[in-house]
Amino acid sequence: MTGTRMTGTRMTRKQKRLAIISGGVGFIVVAVLLVMFAFSQSVSYFYVPGDLAKAEVKPGTRIRLGGLVKTGSWVRGEGTTSTFEVTDTLSTVKVTYTGILPDLFREGQGVVAEGSFVAGNPVFVADTVLAKHDETYMPKDVADRLKAQGVELSGKEKIQ
Amino acid sequence: MIVEFGLYALVLSLATAIVLSVLPVIGARRGDANLMAVAPVAALGQFLLVTIAFGILMHAHLVSDFSVANVWQNSHSLIPTLYKVSGVWGNHEGSMMLWLLILSLFSALVAIFGGNLPATLKANVLAVQGWISAAFILFIVLTSNPFLRMMPPPPEGRDLNPVLQDVGLAIHPPLLYLGYVGFSVCFSFAVAALMEGRIDAAWARWVRPWALAAWTFLTAGIAMGSYWAYYELGWGGWWFWDPVENASFMPWLAGTALLHSALVMEKREALKIWTVLLAILTFSLSLLGTFLVRSGVLTSVHAFASDPSRGVFILAILVIFIGGALTLFALRAGSLTAGGLFAPVSREGALVLNNLILTVATATVLIGTLYPMALESLTGEKISVGAPFFNLTFGLLMLPLLLAVPFGPLLAWKRADLLGAAQRLFFAVAAGFVIALVIWYFENGGPVLAVLGMALAFYLMVGALTDLWLRGGFGKVPFSTAMRRLVGLPRSAIGTAFAHFGLGVSVLGIIAVSAFQTENVLEMKPGQTVEAGGYVLKFEGMQRGQGPNFTEDRGTFTLSKAGSSLGQISSSKRVYMARQMPTTEAGIRTFGVSQFYVALGDLMPDGGIVVRVWWKPFIVCIWFGALIMMVGGFISLSDRRLRVGAPSRRAKKIAAPALEAAE
Repeated sequence: MTGTRMTGTRMTRKQKRLAIISGGVGFIVVAVLLVMFAFSQSVSYFYVPGDLAKAEVKPGTRIRLGGLVKTGSWVRGEGTTSTFEVTDTLSTVKVTYTGILPDLFREGQGVVAEGSFVAGNPVFVADTVLAKHDETYMPKDVADRLKAQGVELSGKEKIQ
Repeated sequence: MIVEFGLYALVLSLATAIVLSVLPVIGARRGDANLMAVAPVAALGQFLLVTIAFGILMHAHLVSDFSVANVWQNSHSLIPTLYKVSGVWGNHEGSMMLWLLILSLFSALVAIFGGNLPATLKANVLAVQGWISAAFILFIVLTSNPFLRMMPPPPEGRDLNPVLQDVGLAIHPPLLYLGYVGFSVCFSFAVAALMEGRIDAAWARWVRPWALAAWTFLTAGIAMGSYWAYYELGWGGWWFWDPVENASFMPWLAGTALLHSALVMEKREALKIWTVLLAILTFSLSLLGTFLVRSGVLTSVHAFASDPSRGVFILAILVIFIGGALTLFALRAGSLTAGGLFAPVSREGALVLNNLILTVATATVLIGTLYPMALESLTGEKISVGAPFFNLTFGLLMLPLLLAVPFGPLLAWKRADLLGAAQRLFFAVAAGFVIALVIWYFENGGPVLAVLGMALAFYLMVGALTDLWLRGGFGKVPFSTAMRRLVGLPRSAIGTAFAHFGLGVSVLGIIAVSAFQTENVLEMKPGQTVEAGGYVLKFEGMQRGQGPNFTEDRGTFTLSKAGSSLGQISSSKRVYMARQMPTTEAGIRTFGVSQFYVALGDLMPDGGIVVRVWWKPFIVCIWFGALIMMVGGFISLSDRRLRVGAPSRRAKKIAAPALEAAE
């Protein structure tokens, strides 16, 4: 670590260096294991509604669900709970969310909902809703996937 | 016509940068003093030309010259003058101009303050600055020209992004860039030293003030950005582990490591090769951040309109500079001789531990930021790596560092007494626990981890003061003598104590707000009340309002505690007319270091409104701690020893007794 050239062969100096190096290697090993563990625990995958029919998502697994908010589907329920449908124009998933929806949340526009499914219920329970778009773009993940599925985005929903 | 002069100035600055890139290097090779003397002149000339170009762009924004595409896209005749000025860098082209302006400023500062540098080193450092400048000017001229005209000129501009219409835009980017780009000087010093194949303690002494200045500004810039996001976005969060935030955080972490390793190199001539590598890596992370934010690979408020050719261009700059510098490092590092042996338990050992943990922690942030992008480009699979990942990896890895911080300054160089240092820190540990338990009691309980975390924070603060206490000799010598000694301490020692104390304050804010904050989302009708943090918030009603370029629905609330009124808070939802874009303006009241935060949601059909109410105890500590760190940086920067000219042997000897006593 110091880049010091070995000039003497006294054991103490070797031991000192060994202590520093093994400490450093040990710390790095711990870091690598921690990163691998964290990746296995806390990474969420991105899906559009069409994917959910193909890939089985276990209840409780955190995912991000993206698509367009289906026009006419947004219902404000009790208190601060809202439900709306996310669509990729081919399939649709119903989402429920309690909290304040972002300023840019609108029907017909792109959205990403983070959360999970509850066992035995087809409704997606979101704990975070993102709609970080302005008039020229929508969330990039959503735009890419909708485009890949051949969904025509026109006018104001143009992808940058 | 004046706008065209801006482009001329920019092209001329490119020519100057090319001259700066080539002639001084040849001069340094041949030992030609005349060629080397070109460097400072060219650096100053380039700074002047870039300043002219930048000034002309700013003028176009100020007079709302919508024939300039950049002004049309990002300004409006009705917005306040402050936003016309800050709007200059609130877009891709303008922010690259600011980047370039600050890069040129640093080259000019090296030219002005580099009088004590050896002639060849100064010529080479400025030349490397010239390479970076030339690359970025070329980037601006070819892909991001801010001076493009539109024919015919539109009558009105498209307005600045409403989220950016805030005083934060005037402060955050310039501070951040002063930090980001400031590390270019360290990079240039490293590359110049590798070109010469010679490096010694004096090099570290020259580099450290630049690293310190850049670090100080970056600290301020990140803290400012965090506070801005906190109050502007209306989400109540202050750090999101967003790739853009990580892009600025990684150079800060590496820069912090660089500051500490340069200290070892300066005092003990050890860790030379490592310090040079760190100087290269820190600026490489700045370049990587520029790439992530400016290339359009990310979608965020920071990533403005994107164009694939820009991404490729910045990537090319990235590859050439990082790859080139690392290749040079690989070729030359072997020839650098290192010195300065030390025992594992010593000041050097503590600083090595600091570097180890900071670089590994930087690496985890880097992996968490780049892995999703790499995975997507390789497999097309989209994943999201968010706060849980970073809290688990980064948070846990930093823990041993936080425990070790107060030890560092108490350990002697070469060989130290760990047990002795632990004994001297006993009071800090005890005080930390006592204060944490007192707060825990007044917050009416909370998780045990919060007590441990707060104890850690107070231990950091008291530990930083312990160092000053011991150095002054308080309790051993008469108080007046101790005070005199304290005042006479090297500024860098006082700066260190400030920075470490500030770290403790920030940690306290982070832990306490995570443990004790309360959040309440509910629908309120006029007259209704809600309680949070011991305060009672009453909703008075909504009013329509009109700003210069927006309309707003403003909700008024009154706040009271134990029956006595504490005045009003208002929070509003605005719609900016030009872009028809809504934003939320949070209502925030500060009580000491805690804040009451109100944000509005949707209007309900029955006349109520969804309101989000947070009580955020100790949150101000997060940014206040960063401010203390920044003050520490400036105090340390004012240290006589950093300003004293070339560290000749004699000067070193004279200063030596004072150093020994102090450190």
